[in-house]
Amino acid sequence: MTAQLGAVADTPAAESAGLPTPIAGRGQLALAWSRLRKDRMALLAGTVILLLVAIALAAPLIAQVTGHQPDEQFRQTGLTSAGLPVGPSREFWFGTDNLGRDVFIRVVYGARISLLVGVLSTILAVAAGLVIGLAAGYLGGAVDSTLARFMDLVLSFPLLLFAIALVSVVGPSVPLAILVIAFFSWAAVGRIVRGLALSIKEREYIEAARALGAGNRRIMLIEVLPNLVAPVIVYTTLLIPIAIVFEATLSFLGLGVLPPTPSWGNMLSDSLQYYQVAWWFVLFPGLALLLTTLAFNLFGDSVRDALHPSTTHLAGTR
Amino acid sequence: MLRFLIRRFLFGALVLWLVSVSVFVLFFVAPHDPARLVAGRLASPDTLALVRHRLGLDQPVVDQYRHFLGGLLHGDLGYSYYNSEPVRSLLFGRLPVTISLALGAVVIWLVIGIGVGVVSARRPRSATDRAATVFVLTGLSTPTFLLGLMLLYVFFFRLHLAGFDWFPGGGYVPFTQDPAGWAQHLILPWLTVAIVSAATYTRLTRTSLLEVFSQDYIRTARAKGLSERRVVYRHGLRSALTPVVTQLGIDIGALLGGAIVTENVFGLPGLGQLAVQSVTTQDLPVIIGIVLLAALFIIVANIVVDALYAMLDPRVRLN
Repeated sequence: MTAQLGAVADTPAAESAGLPTPIAGRGQLALAWSRLRKDRMALLAGTVILLLVAIALAAPLIAQVTGHQPDEQFRQTGLTSAGLPVGPSREFWFGTDNLGRDVFIRVVYGARISLLVGVLSTILAVAAGLVIGLAAGYLGGAVDSTLARFMDLVLSFPLLLFAIALVSVVGPSVPLAILVIAFFSWAAVGRIVRGLALSIKEREYIEAARALGAGNRRIMLIEVLPNLVAPVIVYTTLLIPIAIVFEATLSFLGLGVLPPTPSWGNMLSDSLQYYQVAWWFVLFPGLALLLTTLAFNLFGDSVRDALHPSTTHLAGTR
Repeated sequence: MLRFLIRRFLFGALVLWLVSVSVFVLFFVAPHDPARLVAGRLASPDTLALVRHRLGLDQPVVDQYRHFLGGLLHGDLGYSYYNSEPVRSLLFGRLPVTISLALGAVVIWLVIGIGVGVVSARRPRSATDRAATVFVLTGLSTPTFLLGLMLLYVFFFRLHLAGFDWFPGGGYVPFTQDPAGWAQHLILPWLTVAIVSAATYTRLTRTSLLEVFSQDYIRTARAKGLSERRVVYRHGLRSALTPVVTQLGIDIGALLGGAIVTENVFGLPGLGQLAVQSVTTQDLPVIIGIVLLAALFIIVANIVVDALYAMLDPRVRLN
């Protein structure tokens, strides 16, 4: 954790952060990137994630190819004469649901909701946690005690319970789900960032920067922030699957994404009554959800290893 | 220590107060009218006014809150809009179910979590360790309701089809009535909560144990010629379990507020199920009661953990 992000060569993240790019020397992110590229698990998980993104983006195209829309009901071919879902076939690859809709195309469209909610709420949470944690840790004093108490407060709320109460009052919707998840995740990020900022601001190079006449804003953005990039990246990749599960849980309880918009959570909620007659109705949305969260967790794990190789070295010596 | 405890309890009281205010405000800005829900859709304006008066909804919000707070200080949480029963007795009626679920699950996940964690830390990078990593990542990635559904499908439905009715598909039997039936009804919910949570504990135990193994006193213990078993369990695990204790306190606190998802999947009449029911019926007094109780559990658990931490590890100073 002592490595400082001064010299970084050809990493996109470093460039966009506005850091100088010297000729030689590989910084922390460049080293991590090269380690990540050699990690087979990371490659596999990364491929799955990219594939999911591609599927989500291409959902309307896929709908055109199959000729089925996500909320189109096939009363003739999609239901048995007893009105029950039909199993996987050439027409319905993943079978149909209780309303005779194509489970395959609904799973495809569900990827859009999961990724949208997962990624957007994580970005919001990380941005808020970063700003508030940095302000608390670096500025200290009254700012810190107020913000730290506020984070403690958010963290001692019974989260899911409160989210449920909130959603039931305001009425479920996708933007609300994103806000709720972000609101209940930022404090954990904020606390970690605050802790890091507290220790970084005591370093000598910060003192040097101040002696050179740098202001608070400059020190926070140019001297402290780059040191937070690595832990925040790790946290972000691990927060996305948590947010995805949170959305699925809200939708499962009928408080997230409302039907007929397909989400893996509300599909699984519908399937609860049909799992005894239509296994495909549970299996495919369930698998999609599991595969997605697993891919993000695997990827996050590899990123963590790549950024903190010390733990793996430690493990390897015994 | 005493000053620390007093400060923490005061902060806890402040949090509880803020929680109650936020839930109260939430329901008063809401476009719902509880009186209309209670009186029914076809109620005449007179009936509606009467119901509103009986529920105290015709008073100003501040007065309603003051009334509520006054009751709260006497341990009175008011009456449920729906069940015409005191909220307190409603909560106490549900609490045994939630406690049964939480305690059984805790035991199972500690055994699995710490056990797998120790095994994988003793042989890092071995095949066992990799298998444990897969277990951890799968556990972290599985939504609780999905695992519950899978267990129901396999152990209730498939076994039932095969002619074995070992596991019921839901419901609850009190321990005092029939201990065996109690365990039988709870085993699938226990496993659901335990498997999802064990992953975190495996990871915590493994990381913390590996860190402890690299310390000098472990090398000393090995050099003294102690058996590996003694080194791992008496010297290593003991100090490695501190973060596990922290996490455990937080998790128990959160779980006692109701395992919302698990209780709903398995139809267990605990606090979590009551929470979802009261949210759908807009039963404000019950919702406030559950949220406050859950917050109380979390706060108390946090204080207990911090105090325990200081007792277990003399290096920790409470400030």
